[in-house]
Amino acid sequence: MLGPLQRLGRWGLGVFERLGRGHLFLLRILLSLGVAVTRPRLVIKELYSVGVLSLLIIAVSGLFVGMVLGYQGYITLVKFGAEEALGSVVALSLVRELGPVVTALLFAGRAGSALTAEIGLMKTTEQLSGMEMMAVDPVKRVIVPRFVAAFISLPLLAAIFSAVAVMGGYFIGVGLLGVDAGSYWSQMQANVDFYKDVMNGIIKSLVFGFVVAWIAVFEGHDTVPTSEGMSRSTTRTVVHSALAVLALDFILTGLMFGDI
Amino acid sequence: MTPHRGRLRLAGFVRRETPPSARAGIAHRPVQRFPPIDTQPHNDTLVEIRDLHFSRGGRPIFKGLSLKIPRGSITAIMGPSGTGKTTLLKLIGGQLKPERGQILVDGVDVHRQGLADLYRLRRRMGMLFQSGALLTDLSVFENVAFPLREHCKLPERLLRTLVLMKLESVGLRGARDLMPSELSGGMARRVALARAIALDPMMIMYDEPFTGLDPITMGVIVSLIKRLNDALGLTSILVSHDVQEASSIADYLYLISDGQVVDAGTPDELETIASEWSHQFLKGLPDGPVPFHYPAPDYLTDLTEGR
Amino acid sequence: MTTRTIEIAVGIFVALGLAGLFMLAMQVSNISEYRNTDGYTVHAYFNNIGGLKVRAPVTVSGVRVGRVTAIRYDPERYQARVEMTISANHDYLPADTQASIYTAGLLGEQYIALEPGGEDDVLVHGSEIYYTQSAFVLEEIIGRIMVNMTTH
Ligand SMILES: Nc1ncnc2c1ncn2[C@@H]1O[C@H](COP(=O)(O)OP(=O)(O)O)[C@@H](O)[C@H]1O
Ligand SMILES: [Mg+2]
Repeated sequence: MLGPLQRLGRWGLGVFERLGRGHLFLLRILLSLGVAVTRPRLVIKELYSVGVLSLLIIAVSGLFVGMVLGYQGYITLVKFGAEEALGSVVALSLVRELGPVVTALLFAGRAGSALTAEIGLMKTTEQLSGMEMMAVDPVKRVIVPRFVAAFISLPLLAAIFSAVAVMGGYFIGVGLLGVDAGSYWSQMQANVDFYKDVMNGIIKSLVFGFVVAWIAVFEGHDTVPTSEGMSRSTTRTVVHSALAVLALDFILTGLMFGDI
Repeated sequence: MTPHRGRLRLAGFVRRETPPSARAGIAHRPVQRFPPIDTQPHNDTLVEIRDLHFSRGGRPIFKGLSLKIPRGSITAIMGPSGTGKTTLLKLIGGQLKPERGQILVDGVDVHRQGLADLYRLRRRMGMLFQSGALLTDLSVFENVAFPLREHCKLPERLLRTLVLMKLESVGLRGARDLMPSELSGGMARRVALARAIALDPMMIMYDEPFTGLDPITMGVIVSLIKRLNDALGLTSILVSHDVQEASSIADYLYLISDGQVVDAGTPDELETIASEWSHQFLKGLPDGPVPFHYPAPDYLTDLTEGR
Repeated sequence: MTTRTIEIAVGIFVALGLAGLFMLAMQVSNISEYRNTDGYTVHAYFNNIGGLKVRAPVTVSGVRVGRVTAIRYDPERYQARVEMTISANHDYLPADTQASIYTAGLLGEQYIALEPGGEDDVLVHGSEIYYTQSAFVLEEIIGRIMVNMTTH
């Protein structure tokens, strides 16, 4: 009868244990961040695999999301004769929400899982252990450059996503459905506030970048060194990143836009 | 690569050949920083393990293990799979912490060092992992260059010379541009060996260097270990369960089982004075003190119980 | 993949990201309003500002000349004090200019419309606009009409 309770308790303890280990690991990363400054080449190399290789999927997704927004926004707005407001509707939903959130979700799937798999494989094949024995700290040499690269990449990718999507909305709204080009841009500028909307969106993507980068490198470093362990930890990276991003988005939205 | 064709050229060994400038560049920090804990100076023991206790997942692996590894020799530590040989090497390298007991390397208690001192100590220890543990995203050349690039600021030309010399000493100078995925198991182990001697360590730990190799490659590795040890004045710790190969090159053997040293001696001594267990292990007999059967309840009752 | 190609690709990536940020700032948002902060600040008191918000436009004959920078309630005068910044090139507004709060469209945003007077002195930094007309509050007007209708 107490079986389920015990299992719940064990699960809870496991969660807290992992959280604790995750935070200790984060502390080690933060204490070793200096290496990103002293050896920028390591970060540049990771920026390639984390950022550049995510560029295509982010840009294409951005284009489609923007076009869908333009289309759906138009259908709704035209009922109220307010289709000039299309620009502000598209831009506000992008810079406040969709840009940071969708980019973070795609990024977790594309780059986060790859980071976890790569680090996990290095652990499984004893490459990390081997580095330690060569007196090279794997946290500095392997983890920190990847963490920093992911942290930098996400805000840049989110900005690219939003910019491309705004143009996607323009193609559909102005090019296809005949909204006036002037009002598309001027309504946008009149209603999107730089500090309140754009900056808050950037802050969101910085937070998401931090969290996704953290989860990805932690899961990789914490992998159980078997093939099953690796597949579990890559899955966990995607699932946990997605949940963390959505939950944090809710909290941040409340903090940033809750006062109106 | 057969042993006679890929003959090990001693000229390739670095200690003799390195120009003074290179030696200065990669000179080890003075060891004297660490005050010897042992009282007697100039002792001949490089590694000493005292009363080591360690357990994993609640299961004790070492229960009061003690042994000494003399300088300049090849010492083999042998035991069945799962006795904790890899664990022992990781304990010596400071990657794991014992629950009780001490491990002294060159008079320094490995587990009483700060991280910086531990890393400094590790630069003088080479370790050859069972899998080779080559960095898969770097070429053979870059793998050997890796510890040099990380620890010494060398001009690129000097670095190239050093790396090629290390590769030459394991006979793989021609394979410098291959990626680790293109190497056979024996070649990967030789590259890892070249990498392990890149920083001119005082000792090398070999984890199961013979497993999974064909006889020819095995012969290459066996003679490499012997020759490197003699030419570089290294101390070698060889962990293995391959009785034949290990005893053919080892100066001294330790047999460990159940967390303790069971027998120790030169290969010849063990031949004659080994205990019953060691006899079974060394001769590879299927039954003896280590029973053929995993502990189980009585066979007949077990079979009839299900009714 | 040589180091050089990787570095170039990363350079392009970072440049694209910064271009995206730049576009969001310049083309999508109203940062241009924040940029030309060189201008002069005047204030005015209103009995009722309706739904006027900070950053609402300030116009002359419908042409935008500045924006509202601060709104607070003055407990001594029992009035709302509205501060607005007017760009430096519109330095010709007479001292007796009138400020009114209007609504753009039936349900749109509220803004301040300035109507130049005839004096020779002009508004300068720190001036007060004395002639003001409060926001048009629908309920108030309806209420007044009802009173008029019942008294007549
Ligand atoms: N990471 C680990 N966690 C828990 N137990 C381990 C771990 N690694 C090894 N072990 C256990 O420790 C024992 C010794 O392992 P190991 O040192 O690899 O043995 P050997 O190298 O002699 O074959 C084995 O029984 C193994 O199951
Ligand atoms: Mg082992």
